[in-house]
Amino acid sequence: MVEWTDFERATIQDIFSKMDYESVGHNALARCLVVYPWTQRYFGKFGNLYNAAAIMGNPLVAAHGTTVLHGLDKALKNMDNIKAAYAELSVLHSEKLHVDPDNFRLLGDCLTIVVAAKLGSGFTADVQAAFQKFLAVVISALTKQYH
Amino acid sequence: MSLTSKDKNTIKGFWATVAPKAEDIGTDALSRMLVVYPQTKTYFSHWKDLSPGSAPVRKHGKTVMSGVAEAVSKIDDLTNGLLTLSELHAFQLRVDPANFKILSHNLLVVLAIQFPDDFTPEVHVAMDKFLSALALALSEKYR
Repeated sequence: MVEWTDFERATIQDIFSKMDYESVGHNALARCLVVYPWTQRYFGKFGNLYNAAAIMGNPLVAAHGTTVLHGLDKALKNMDNIKAAYAELSVLHSEKLHVDPDNFRLLGDCLTIVVAAKLGSGFTADVQAAFQKFLAVVISALTKQYH
Repeated sequence: MSLTSKDKNTIKGFWATVAPKAEDIGTDALSRMLVVYPQTKTYFSHWKDLSPGSAPVRKHGKTVMSGVAEAVSKIDDLTNGLLTLSELHAFQLRVDPANFKILSHNLLVVLAIQFPDDFTPEVHVAMDKFLSALALALSEKYR
């Protein structure tokens, strides 16, 4: 079981209580598709992803980014059993979506960078550590049901 | 995943904006690395103070960034341009190359914080490619 300090719990809840899901979700997913173009393999039905401008302006990308970011809400509400909370989503990503789990890390890195840009100096080293630990735990849970 | 001429132009252009704040950026990136990835502290057991923004961290952040600046100036042939630095890291410092990725990530985080408007997705991908190419050149002499 993952141990969370009071600082980590408070930091994570604070970041997400102030989160602009539409903006951050959109930007994180779009950035992932631009910076790691091979991730586009999962979005063949999203239409125009030909260049950065097309990706950033694509409404399907924007909507899906928001959906994915809200996927983290499950972890927020179940901090002490994230592994169990994501069992179903893990099966979905493995059996139905066939997503290489390395992509979770790539999206996580882009999300970290987008949140850093939003929070500016408020994204201190300690806040970054808490945020990255949270993402790592979620990613581990999402990878759990792969076989 | 080699650098296109578009990448190189993007990097040189962005670096002109970044260069004046290089020391602060290097200090912040290194500080974050030591906090967020505590295993990296093992390379600095000889420092008195490993806390964010401390004197040894600042001094070393400046050193690291001048290395990055050198890489920008030698962007057309990183492997040959960084041979001496590669030898230093391979034979003397013996830094596990996995750590280059860690420092690169923290550099990108700091760039996003310091330049929220300039660090667009296009600049991000060019910088990520550049730092990967830099890391590869630094690894050249390892084995």
